[in-house]
Amino acid sequence: MLDIATAYNKYGFLGNEFLTWLWFIVETDQDITRITASKEPITLEIGNSLVLENTLGDKSKEKITIKGDQAGLEEGTTALKKGAKVTEMNLVCTLGQEEEYKFTIKGESFNITGLKTPTAGRDGSDDEIEGLVLEKSLLLFRITQVIDTLFIKYLEQRISDDWKNKGFSQMRTWIYND
Amino acid sequence: MGFLSATLSMSRYHIQNTFETEPMEQVRKGLIKNAIPKLENEYEEISAGWTPFESPYLPDFEKFSFVFGNYFLFSLRIDKKSIPAKLVQKQMAIEIEKKKEKSGRDFISKKEKSEIKETVMDLLMHKMPAIPNVYDVLWNYETADLFLLTTQKAANEFFESIFFKSFNLKPIRLFPYTQVETKSSFSTTQKDAIMTLTPLHFSR
Repeated sequence: MLDIATAYNKYGFLGNEFLTWLWFIVETDQDITRITASKEPITLEIGNSLVLENTLGDKSKEKITIKGDQAGLEEGTTALKKGAKVTEMNLVCTLGQEEEYKFTIKGESFNITGLKTPTAGRDGSDDEIEGLVLEKSLLLFRITQVIDTLFIKYLEQRISDDWKNKGFSQMRTWIYND
Repeated sequence: MGFLSATLSMSRYHIQNTFETEPMEQVRKGLIKNAIPKLENEYEEISAGWTPFESPYLPDFEKFSFVFGNYFLFSLRIDKKSIPAKLVQKQMAIEIEKKKEKSGRDFISKKEKSEIKETVMDLLMHKMPAIPNVYDVLWNYETADLFLLTTQKAANEFFESIFFKSFNLKPIRLFPYTQVETKSSFSTTQKDAIMTLTPLHFSR
């Protein structure tokens, strides 16, 4: 394995490209359940924030932040045309019929912030703590499993022989609205 | 209890290697040995250690469990004394004036000023209570997955250091590269292909 700090900086772009790809598959209504080969239905929506970054010629960075529940994402696609990638995004993921998770994920670190899982029922008694912990643990592992699977699926496509003619070409068509 | 709150933030780790025997007992020993001291050291700026999830301010692992089903759940507590700069400034001004009066001079040397600062910092550090911060840790020993419920860089660094010291197991922070190396089932050829990828350019 490479030195951790070196690897973090060198391959951070893979996380940002992954988030950009997630935005693409959501916007083009692709079937997340099929992509992840899940036995239960999985849906994904872009939540209330999207951050893009573009490294300019002089190594300075341009940052575009789009926030708001009903925010238009046109500025985001304009930034993609200029070479930006998604570095952070808020997602709403539904597993099964109504198991809803909301969270923000960062591309380079995969840090998760503001994670809201489905509510665990509680009455506050000490006896109930273990049940709540087990339920919450299960929910956390379920959502991270979905993220991990999607990342693997992205990488499988990214290293496939037809990536340039298929995945990359489709993403470009979406960005330029061809 | 951050872990059970409605909203949480987390960074993820893969735990390299396993214990040779009795993981539960090894974890228990590591937690007790590196638990945060019950009594605050008045002169230490930072104090950190493990505490039970259900009892963050009374670190008693005999009374409170860290085993919940298949998971280990406990907390990292970091107590930090933070002295506001303005307070140091005020105390310095008072002490410098006292020194001038005592010496009968209307100035003090650089060395004297530095000595006063040291005394002031010691005094304030002694008086100032430490502010505790508690970060929960969820560890699935079987799958080698661990969640640390914070994304603060300083807390992550503390965690990595104290975890290794306590259990002699290395926590590897999960991000794109380490995800591929530790959690994926990619073949060596596939991993090589991923590691030679270069950033995409969508601009025309």
